[in-house]
Amino acid sequence: MTSAPTPTSTRTPETAAPARRRGPLTAVLLTETRLFLREPGSLFWILAFPTALLVILGFVPPFMEADDNLGGRRVIDLYVPVSVLLAMIMAGLQAMPPVLTAYRERGILRRMSTTPVRPSALLTAQIALHGAAALGSAALVVAVGRIGYGVALPGQFAGYALALLLAVSAVLALGGTICALARTTKAATAVGSVAYLAMMFTAGVWVPVQAMPDTLRRIVQITPLGAASQALDQAASGAWPSWAYLGVVALWTALLGLAASRLFRWQ
Amino acid sequence: MAIIEVNGVRKTYAGRDVVDGVSFSVERGEIFGILGPNGAGKTTTVECVEGLRVPDAGTVRVAGLDPVADHDRVTRLLGAQLQESELQARLTVREALELYAALYPAPVDWRPLADRLGLTDRLSTRFAKLSGGQKQRLFIALALIGDPEIVVLDELTTGLDPRARRDTWKLIEEIRDSGVTVLLVTHFMEEAQRLCDRIAVIDRGRVVALDTPSGLIRRSTGSTVLSFVPSRPPTAPELDRLAALPGVATVTPPDAAGVLVLHATDDTVTPLISLLAEVGVTAQRLRITETSLDEAFLDLTGEGPTGEDLAGHDPTGHGPTGEGPTGHATAAHDLTRQDA
Repeated sequence: MTSAPTPTSTRTPETAAPARRRGPLTAVLLTETRLFLREPGSLFWILAFPTALLVILGFVPPFMEADDNLGGRRVIDLYVPVSVLLAMIMAGLQAMPPVLTAYRERGILRRMSTTPVRPSALLTAQIALHGAAALGSAALVVAVGRIGYGVALPGQFAGYALALLLAVSAVLALGGTICALARTTKAATAVGSVAYLAMMFTAGVWVPVQAMPDTLRRIVQITPLGAASQALDQAASGAWPSWAYLGVVALWTALLGLAASRLFRWQ
Repeated sequence: MAIIEVNGVRKTYAGRDVVDGVSFSVERGEIFGILGPNGAGKTTTVECVEGLRVPDAGTVRVAGLDPVADHDRVTRLLGAQLQESELQARLTVREALELYAALYPAPVDWRPLADRLGLTDRLSTRFAKLSGGQKQRLFIALALIGDPEIVVLDELTTGLDPRARRDTWKLIEEIRDSGVTVLLVTHFMEEAQRLCDRIAVIDRGRVVALDTPSGLIRRSTGSTVLSFVPSRPPTAPELDRLAALPGVATVTPPDAAGVLVLHATDDTVTPLISLLAEVGVTAQRLRITETSLDEAFLDLTGEGPTGEDLAGHDPTGHGPTGEGPTGHATAAHDLTRQDA
């Protein structure tokens, strides 16, 4: 929990300064942050699980040895970006859709519609929190990879950060689209699970994209996380990620974001 | 001047007119009830007032504003408690009050409000752990926190036990006494009769009557109930003569306990006494009571509310218990019970 997304995490509700007047959007964000920190399941899957996976893989001896088929890199080197993408998948596809659909299903959005603040403030806060948690988890993965297994920090840091931001946006937009299409929390969880498995595969959780057969890799790298995986891999190796990969992720983000905002049902 | 004006509002879902030309206006400072059977279009109507739905036709004005076009300004004037709405399960009462206070430009202090609603000892309880009555009290607090001029309460007491319901009624009267106009949606007769200054009865998307509770009762046929135990069973011709008395709507022949019931008007009393004297029958245990809003409601909507609606209501209007499991009560049945 070292990478808790906001500084409010150290403050318990009971000791919060009560009388100070906050802006409505700040109040919404603060409240949603507290609620987010009260979901131990989500916190585990987003913040702890990707790093735990990396740590476990590091215990497999062959994964720690340089492999000529991977251009002299180790499997563990490839699994740092994979674990980073896994954090995004957990946040955007596993944790977020049930929260947002429950807000709609249980009338929480409608309740807020009767106040001067639009219910989109609630959704925006939740999306931002899941994004922040995913990025925090990504930082944790990179740090643990470096400290625990000597995986080099990204050579092209700005390129890596850009690819990360695009990847997290794409996953959150996909999660948003699932919420927009699913009528119930149950449906959102079910559709989310399918998307979640597909995204895990294309992100390279089972076979890293760089180790996939040519034909499969060509298909996978036009998916949002397949392209993100390639971009992260290039940036990790010190090169500026190819604009083609970044473009694919950006295009998916734009399309899914548009679909989510157009199709979202408020009640 | 009316603070809420609803004029010819129509709302159609899947080809069905859920709200079919509803009009009414609510005066400042009153408790205005919207009463009707389930599915009559009550909630859809008030959702148009709250600006949550856009009417297909007709106009709604809240303090002269359009709740859809001027949604932002209307939300500052109008606090709402929604039917079947929840809060985030892990949000505490205090956090909910603080959050909703922060959403309004000039909120009231939530502490005295929480105190008034008996929430002070529940401030650190999470929403999911609150009882039904506590949740409803919290929703009343949230509806009032923006210091509104109007509150809309939709099926506020559904699912509450009788004591919590009565406590809630007291709160609603206090809200009105503090100068806030209340628009109350309900399907409980007793609630409407006890609280409302005026009631619009809605059935199948239309306003079928709009009056004060006593006005609604008066306009129903046979608004006065006369019951007595005749000294001997009346003959068939005598029953016909009873039915022919002025103002008589229905005659129920003596039941197992020997009680005969007439639904009639005040004008029936003197001719009844004369008739009984003429045929040599004495009336024992004569009772003259007003019908309840239940019966006025049945008359107006042509369909009964569910048994649940009638439970807890005493049709004679002044019974001491009021909570008896009367089921689908008729006046005769209830009088029997009272006499027993």
